[in-house]
Amino acid sequence: MSDGHSWHSDVALEEGRPAYLPRGLKRVPRGVDELATEHLVLNMGPQHPSTHGVLHVLIELDGEEVISAEASLGYLHRGIEKLAESRRYHQVATLLDRADYVSGLHTETAFALATEKLAGIEVPWRASWLRSLAMELNRYASHLVWLGTFGMDAGAMAPFLYIMRDREMILDILEEWCGSRMMFNYVRPGGVFADIPAGLDAKIRAWLRVADSYLDDNDALLGGNEIFQARIRGTGLIDAATALAFGMTGGCLRASGVDYDLRRDVPYCAYGELDFEVPLGVNGDNLDRYTVRVGEMRQCLRLIRQLVDGVPEGDFTAKVPKVFRPPAGESYAAVESPRGELGIHIVSDGGLTPYRMRLRSPAYFNLAIVDEALAGGLVADAIVTLGSLDIVLGEIDR
Amino acid sequence: MNIAIEILVRFLAMVALLLVNGVVLIYMLRKVLGHLHLRIGPNRVGPFGLLQTTNDVIKLLTKEDLRPAAADAWLFNIAPFLVFVPSFMAYIPLVFGPELAVTRLDTGILVIFAVLSLVPIGIMMAGWASNSKWSLIGGMRAAGQQIAYEIPLLLSVLGPVMMAGSMDPSAIVAAQSGTWFGFIPRWFVLPQIIGFVVYAISAQAETQQTPFDMSEAESELITGFANEYGGMRFGFLYLAEFSNMFIVAAVGTMLFFGGWQLPWIETPGWAAPFVFILKTYIGIFTMMWARGSLPRFRVDQMLAFCWKRLIPISLTWVVVWACIQRLAFEAAIR
Repeated sequence: MSDGHSWHSDVALEEGRPAYLPRGLKRVPRGVDELATEHLVLNMGPQHPSTHGVLHVLIELDGEEVISAEASLGYLHRGIEKLAESRRYHQVATLLDRADYVSGLHTETAFALATEKLAGIEVPWRASWLRSLAMELNRYASHLVWLGTFGMDAGAMAPFLYIMRDREMILDILEEWCGSRMMFNYVRPGGVFADIPAGLDAKIRAWLRVADSYLDDNDALLGGNEIFQARIRGTGLIDAATALAFGMTGGCLRASGVDYDLRRDVPYCAYGELDFEVPLGVNGDNLDRYTVRVGEMRQCLRLIRQLVDGVPEGDFTAKVPKVFRPPAGESYAAVESPRGELGIHIVSDGGLTPYRMRLRSPAYFNLAIVDEALAGGLVADAIVTLGSLDIVLGEIDR
Repeated sequence: MNIAIEILVRFLAMVALLLVNGVVLIYMLRKVLGHLHLRIGPNRVGPFGLLQTTNDVIKLLTKEDLRPAAADAWLFNIAPFLVFVPSFMAYIPLVFGPELAVTRLDTGILVIFAVLSLVPIGIMMAGWASNSKWSLIGGMRAAGQQIAYEIPLLLSVLGPVMMAGSMDPSAIVAAQSGTWFGFIPRWFVLPQIIGFVVYAISAQAETQQTPFDMSEAESELITGFANEYGGMRFGFLYLAEFSNMFIVAAVGTMLFFGGWQLPWIETPGWAAPFVFILKTYIGIFTMMWARGSLPRFRVDQMLAFCWKRLIPISLTWVVVWACIQRLAFEAAIR
C-alpha cells in the first residue's frame, strides 16, 4: 500500500503509524498473531453502491474479517437546521422534505406538531387523521425502499425492481394527493395544505386490494430464499442494552426486543384511536430487523385500512394567521418515522422565524452502532448490516 | 499449404464464434435480466435494441486505455489476456456436429477443464496488479472460489466419462444416441442426475454468476477484480466471462444432453450445430435465470458449501456409480 490520506486532518500522526490509519484503528493484528497479517483499511464510500447515499465508512480488515469500522459523516450536509432559522414557519416544511427524502411527511409532521405545541394551536380532527393516513402511506413506501435495497445489498437484484413497482403505486397516490411524489410540502402548522381529493380513497382501496399479495410475493421471493436467510441470520447482532445505550429507536431497537413505539406509547395525530400491533424481535440480528420491518409493513396496511375507512368530517386546517408569530419559548415534538424517533426541537424568540431548530435524526443514532455491529463479521456481513439499519443520509447529514 | 489454410480457417471460425457469441450473450443477458426484473432492457439502439452491444463494443474499443499510476504495469496489461486465452482455447475440443470440431482430441474433456483452471491465475493477477483494495479482495475471492469449485466440477464429469468409456467429446456424444427401452432418449442426464446437479451448481460458480459472484459482488466490492479496468481490457475480461458461460453450457450439453443429437430421430448433418447451439443456449438461459433471481452467498458459506457438501456428494457418487456400472449395468449400457 502506498501512502494514503489522513481523513482526519485534525489528528496528529503518531510515531510509526501509517498516515492512512484513522483515529481509533489499530495496526497490531489480533487473533492470528503468528501469521502477522497486515490489516487493511478499506474506504467504503463516499461513492459506493451500498452505502445508501454518500456515507463513508472506514473499515479495518484482516483478510475479509472486519476488525473495526468507523462512519465518517457530513458529505450530504446542507445546513437544513441553520437554513430553517431564516424561513418562516410555513416555509420550513420545504426544507424538511429534503432531510429525510424517503419519508418527508414524517419530518413535516414533527415540525408541525412542535410548532402547534409552541403556539397552542388546536388541530382539527380531520387534519390529524389525514396526516396519519398520509404518514402511513409514506411509511409503507419508505419500508419498501428499505426492503428492496436490503435485498440488493445481499445481491438480490430482482426483488428490488418488483418492490419499486409497488412503491410507484403509492407514489402515484401521494402525488395526486399532495402534488409531489417525494417533496410533499403537505403538512403545515395548523393542519394540512389541502383536503384529500375526491375519489382518492377509492384509489387507495384499489391499491390495498393488491398490496397484501404483492407484499407476500416480495417476502417470499426475498425472505423465503434460503441463501438470503443464511446471510442475515445471526449477523449484525445488537443486544437490547447496546441498542439503548446508543440511543437507537424504531425498527432497529424493536428488533433487539425493546418494546418502544411512539405511535402507541406517546400517541400523536390519530394513532390513539387506531388498532395495531408492534412487532418485536428477539436477538437483534439482521433477520430480526428484517422480520420486524416486514411485520411493520403488514401493520401499516392494517392501519391504512382503518384510516381510509374512517376519515372524519371537518376542516383540514385550523385558522393560522398568514403572518404567524408563535410566542417565545421552546417545544419538542417527536413522531415515529420509518427509521425511529424523529424529533424536532424549536426555540422561538417570538419572531417570524424559528430562533433555533434542531432535528433529532433517528438514522444518525442508528448509524452510530456500526462500530459495534460490524466488527467481527465479514465484508459481506458489513454491507448487509449497514443495509439493515435503514439509513437515509439526507436525514443523517441534514 | 493446404494444411496452413485449414488451420487458419479453423482458427478464424473459432474467433468468429467466440466474438459473435459474446455479442449475442451480452444482448441476451440484458434482455433476459430485464424481463426477469420487470424492465424492458435495451430498446433504443436499432430494432429491439439489437445494436446496443455493437455500440458498446465500439465504445470499449475507442476508449482511452487507462492504467492507474500505481498499478503494476506489466501484470496489469497482461492479466485480461491471461483470463481470455484459456477460455478461447477451451473452444478447441467442442463438438458441434458429427464431424464438426476445431480438432478432435481423445482427452478433450480433460483439456477443457485443464485450460479453464488457468483462469483464476489471470483473475488473481488482475486483482493484485490493479493495486486497489477492492480489486485485491475480489481477486483473492475469485481464486479461492474457482480452485474450490473445480473439484466438484471435475468429479461430476466423471460419471458420463465412465458411461461412455472415453474422454473424447465426440465419443461421449455418440454414446448418447438411441434410446433406452425404446422411448427414453439415451441422454446421460437421467442416470447421472446427481452428477448433473453438482455440475450445474459448480458451473455457475466457476463462471462467477450470481449466487456465486463474490469476486465481482457489485454491492460489496463494486466490480471486484475488474474495478480498475476500462476500455477493451475490461472488454476482454467480460468477453472471457461470457465465453466461459458458453463453454460450461456446451460441455454440459455434450456430457448430459446428447450434444448435437435430437431425441428419438436421426439428426441430419446440417442441423447438428443448430441443435447443439440451441441446447447450449437453453443451458445459458437457465444460468441467467438463476442469476436474475437469487441473492449472493457469503464467501465462507460458499466455500463451506463446496467443501462440505458438493465434494463429498460428488465423490460418493463417483464411487457409487462406478460400482453400479461395474456390477449391474455394464452390458446394458454399452
